[in-house]
Amino acid sequence: MHGRPRKAPKPEEEAASVAKAQKLRALQTQFFSFHHNKIYTKEAVELSAKLLEINPESYTAWNYRKLAVEHYLSQPDCNPDWIKSVLDDELRVVENALRQNFKSYGAWHHRKWVISKGHSSIDNELRLLDKFQKADSRNFHAWNYRRFVAESMKRSEQDELKYTEDMIYKNFSNYSAWHNRSVLLSALFEKKAEGFLSKEKVLPEEYEFIHQAIFTDPDDQSGWFYHLWLLDQTVTTDSPLLASSWPGHGYDVFLVEDRCYNGSAFSPFTALHSDSGSFPIVLYFNQPVGGVSSSTVTVECGFNKNEDLLWKPLSASNSQTARVWVAHLKIPSSDLLSTVEVSVGHSKGIISTRGFEYSHPSMFSFKVHVQPMERDFFQVSVAESISLREENFKIYGSQSEESIINSFNQLSIKNGHESTASNWRSEALAKEIECFRELLSLMDCKIGKLTLARLLMAYDVMSYPFANKLVHSEEVLELCSDLMKLDPTHYQYYKDEHSMVLLQKVTSSKESLLQHCFQYKDSVSSAICGPICLRLSNLSLSRMGAFEKLLWVQMLDLSHNELQSIEGLEAMQLLSCLSLRNNKLRSLTALEPLRKLKLLRVLDISYNQIGDHSIDTTRYLCSSPLSHSVGSESNKDETVTSDVALIDNWEAFYIFKDFNLNQLEIVGNTIADEKFKSVLVKIMPKLKQLDGKLLG
Amino acid sequence: MDDIPPYPPIDPTTFDLIVIGTGLPESIIAAAASTASKSVLHLDPNPFYGSHFSSLPLADLPSFLSSHSTSPSPPRSPSSDDPNEFSLLEFATRPLYSFIDISTFSPNLLDQHSRKFNLDVAGPRVLFCADKSIELLLRTGTNQYMEFKSVDATFVGDNKGNLWSVPDSRAAIFKDKSLGLVEKNKLMRFFKLVHGHLAGEQDVKISEEDLQSPFVDFLNKMGLPPKIKSFILYAIAMADYDQEDTGVCRDLLKTKDGIDQLALYNASIGRFQNASGAFLYPIYGQGELSQAFCRRAAVKGCLYVLRMPVTALLVDKDTGCYKGVRLASGQDIFSQKLILDPTFKVTLPLGSSPPLPLKEKLPFFSLKDDKGKIARGICITKTSLKPDISNFLVVYPPRSLFPEQVTSIRLLQIASNLAVCLPGMFVLYISALCNDDDQGKKLIHAVMNTLLTVPLDSESNAAVQSETAEIGSAVQDETSESSSGGPSDSGEEKPTLLWSALYSQELTLGQVDFICSTPMPDGKLNYNDLIDTTFKIFQEIYPEEEFFPETSLENPEVDGDASPET
Repeated sequence: MHGRPRKAPKPEEEAASVAKAQKLRALQTQFFSFHHNKIYTKEAVELSAKLLEINPESYTAWNYRKLAVEHYLSQPDCNPDWIKSVLDDELRVVENALRQNFKSYGAWHHRKWVISKGHSSIDNELRLLDKFQKADSRNFHAWNYRRFVAESMKRSEQDELKYTEDMIYKNFSNYSAWHNRSVLLSALFEKKAEGFLSKEKVLPEEYEFIHQAIFTDPDDQSGWFYHLWLLDQTVTTDSPLLASSWPGHGYDVFLVEDRCYNGSAFSPFTALHSDSGSFPIVLYFNQPVGGVSSSTVTVECGFNKNEDLLWKPLSASNSQTARVWVAHLKIPSSDLLSTVEVSVGHSKGIISTRGFEYSHPSMFSFKVHVQPMERDFFQVSVAESISLREENFKIYGSQSEESIINSFNQLSIKNGHESTASNWRSEALAKEIECFRELLSLMDCKIGKLTLARLLMAYDVMSYPFANKLVHSEEVLELCSDLMKLDPTHYQYYKDEHSMVLLQKVTSSKESLLQHCFQYKDSVSSAICGPICLRLSNLSLSRMGAFEKLLWVQMLDLSHNELQSIEGLEAMQLLSCLSLRNNKLRSLTALEPLRKLKLLRVLDISYNQIGDHSIDTTRYLCSSPLSHSVGSESNKDETVTSDVALIDNWEAFYIFKDFNLNQLEIVGNTIADEKFKSVLVKIMPKLKQLDGKLLG
Repeated sequence: MDDIPPYPPIDPTTFDLIVIGTGLPESIIAAAASTASKSVLHLDPNPFYGSHFSSLPLADLPSFLSSHSTSPSPPRSPSSDDPNEFSLLEFATRPLYSFIDISTFSPNLLDQHSRKFNLDVAGPRVLFCADKSIELLLRTGTNQYMEFKSVDATFVGDNKGNLWSVPDSRAAIFKDKSLGLVEKNKLMRFFKLVHGHLAGEQDVKISEEDLQSPFVDFLNKMGLPPKIKSFILYAIAMADYDQEDTGVCRDLLKTKDGIDQLALYNASIGRFQNASGAFLYPIYGQGELSQAFCRRAAVKGCLYVLRMPVTALLVDKDTGCYKGVRLASGQDIFSQKLILDPTFKVTLPLGSSPPLPLKEKLPFFSLKDDKGKIARGICITKTSLKPDISNFLVVYPPRSLFPEQVTSIRLLQIASNLAVCLPGMFVLYISALCNDDDQGKKLIHAVMNTLLTVPLDSESNAAVQSETAEIGSAVQDETSESSSGGPSDSGEEKPTLLWSALYSQELTLGQVDFICSTPMPDGKLNYNDLIDTTFKIFQEIYPEEEFFPETSLENPEVDGDASPET
């Protein structure tokens, strides 16, 4: 049924089609009159069967038949034989309809409905399915129905697995068969069925199986899909893990009121200025989790009660699951040196979106030093606006090398517990890498290159905690660049992958990261000032990533890249100063992640493309004032504002109203005309400086 | 011999065409000529149809072979004193089979059931689902007289007795367990290249230079490993001679021809819904083909007389032109044209020159029998060579069994579900081209020794005897599951030989000379070349007539009708 060219209809075929339409119309009219008058006589029901035989897509007719069956079955004189004959009639009508069109949703659904009544023999169903799958082995309706039948019959997954194998041997270009295989295996993994071995045992065999298909015909897509599924099964650990946190284990956190701490004894990596009277604790998991609360995460310190802590998920959608969770600790008022202990997952409740329990309880502790207030670095005055210009940065080539190394090493949590059970995983990946290198040595193959890149990335990520470096990043970057040229249709995807790998490479070692660490030095004041600024400018990034290694960053320069989205940036809770100058942000909604950054004071989004495109397609991808997800959160009263300008700039209002900015650069965007700027000033009354101009 | 009735008189006595011998080429010509409204008399001295293409009961095969193995008797002096106006040229028989070696290891059983066997004289032979014989069967409607079953697989054998399945399709490559991933990839890409070339895709065109080069060079150029090269050359393109040794190769396959062979193979797979492999085999044996064409001819008015030997040719005394034949009954029958089975040759009386008008015709077939011989073997066993599969082809590429093996050896196993033997038994047909009898014998024996247990005559006879009873009872039991092979045998054990026939056959070509004579079965696996030759002979005798014109279709057949019953 696949790959058959469509032919133009001949005149006699067209005539036949007209005649059919006429007949159908007459039937339909009569049928609707029966339906509306709830007439379920034999004659009326037979008419609907006739209609369905010609047009199995008539949903109303199927529903009518369901009503008729219910009507019959509710008769007082109904006995089992009678029920069976009524239902058998239904099965026969469905079979006739399927003969007309075996891809009719309505017909398959009706069959399920009849079978679910439980009066019909299910054995016949497998025979029927065999017939349909002979006609078209890739008919997904039949496969779908097969799953239903297999479940009703309590046929074992192993039997069904064998069936998919047979079908695949007949023709391995059968996406449905591979898909069903993945469904069955997932079920078996979940069950950990008796006699059926673990992933560790099964996945290598499945890899072996899919290699036969991929090598025989690399142009066939179905095999690659299954391979991708296998890769996912290999890489993803069942139970979620804590990937990193801020503060990290062993940190000395200096909470300072004054951001100029030149000559101080503490490291600029871990000194934090806060004007809000609190500081965040950030937990970064390796996959989205739910259930983080003061009962699943215990924070012990001298100055806060654990029960008072409110853990919030940070995600673009407002779901109750996220990779990143944050809670805020109140800063005690007086000088203090206190140790904070955080234990995660000692009591049950943290559960991944796939339903797995967080099962590796972990603990980390850090020290908090509070410094007395002198003056506020971000209290922007005429002389002291932050200007992220080249000349204001000095590479962080500090004299106190030792302390930097220490502080960097503290930036990530080592997950020792992950190493034990995952040997087979990295072995499987190593084998796959070898295999696909071989394929690529035989032939040029885009999907082969992409797969190799994915494998290398996965391998690097998996072995990073032990190797402490990403051995393959150069190769992956090369593969991505190659793919951008070979496959321009998917340029943006490869570009994004390239960006992610580049960021992982930059953040993978102390040396590479230090090359991007600068200290801000104001042109006016002579002192080296403020926290470390991570400068990732001019890297032609199209996407931001590696957040788990960047939780500590307070000043981030992403200017002169190709960012279209800053998804995930909400994880960087300490950000106070961010430059997105000269990127490709196309809409205000792209700024949504920033709404969650409570410490953000200085933002530069100048020279982007906001307002270039009258239709903002990202609206459909991420939540916006127009989507339902936001409606629940926003206060209805706010929307009812008399200010016409605000109504016209709904999005600006929605994005900026929660910002706590002192300083904003927005020049160089189509949207940023004088009228819009005046709206912004209205939305953000605390704003002190806009596009370099002080606000009265 | 007593039951042969006296020869009946034939009426009428004049025909457009007389065909002597009911081998496949003769039968096709008889059918074609009848279809072209010629009056045809089709004679055969044998009591059965098919001549050298027949399928015979076990007991009849040895006598048939030996009756065609004697040297021609020296021509008797022409009976020039014939009262008529004709000269008589007597027929002599050619020695077509030699080195006939029949071994029986289970006499009782096989004797009792001789008629249950239909053994092909010209085996091993199959029909490719898309080859010329199938086209001819469909075009002429002859398929309605026959039924076929699929030959399920092709294997390549080695000298250790292993049989490796031939990855001949996308699904087979995927499923194959002996090929490495790289080999799978290379083979599939080669198939795709050939497919693209045949489909006329511009970017995958194989250059003319490559097409004219030896196929083996092209396969090397494509970087195919030796194992795959061997699969393609000998098990798919069915090359006869060692393609990599130009010293011994008499028939170096060109890329163009190799690709055509692949195309035929590829078109054959999956052509009929219930034929899983590329080949078909007729139920009741290959002899059915000749018989079916005879039926086709008879429907069109051809007159058949079996058991009718022909003794002499009648030629005009003055012109030396052919006039008719004298039958063993003494009756003279006249016709314009004559087609002769390769069994017969006409010996010119010493000193006399061939009739002039015929001499002028240029022979268009080579007259010399320099094509060598083909060694054939038929073996009967009671277990399949491979469990779970009963009908299949095995190819032993050159040098696969011993270093001096220069030709491919082919083996076809056919089970009782094709009605060629007793239920539960298997017939193995083996053949190889050879230069002489000794070489041929060595080739056939090499295969038998690799695959079969050959009982030693004296000592094992008793053992076989006692086993026979067991088989006899097993036969009854196994009738219902005849295709399942010998379930009791472990994989390691080789099937035991019950009966075998070895013989060498001359590869006599058809010729159009003084008279037209048809070719002997050739060394190929299918009938393509024979059908070409037959067509040429028909054109030669009836240049004005179409060979089975399309309009002659009585019932237009759909492809599906030729599909085998399963």
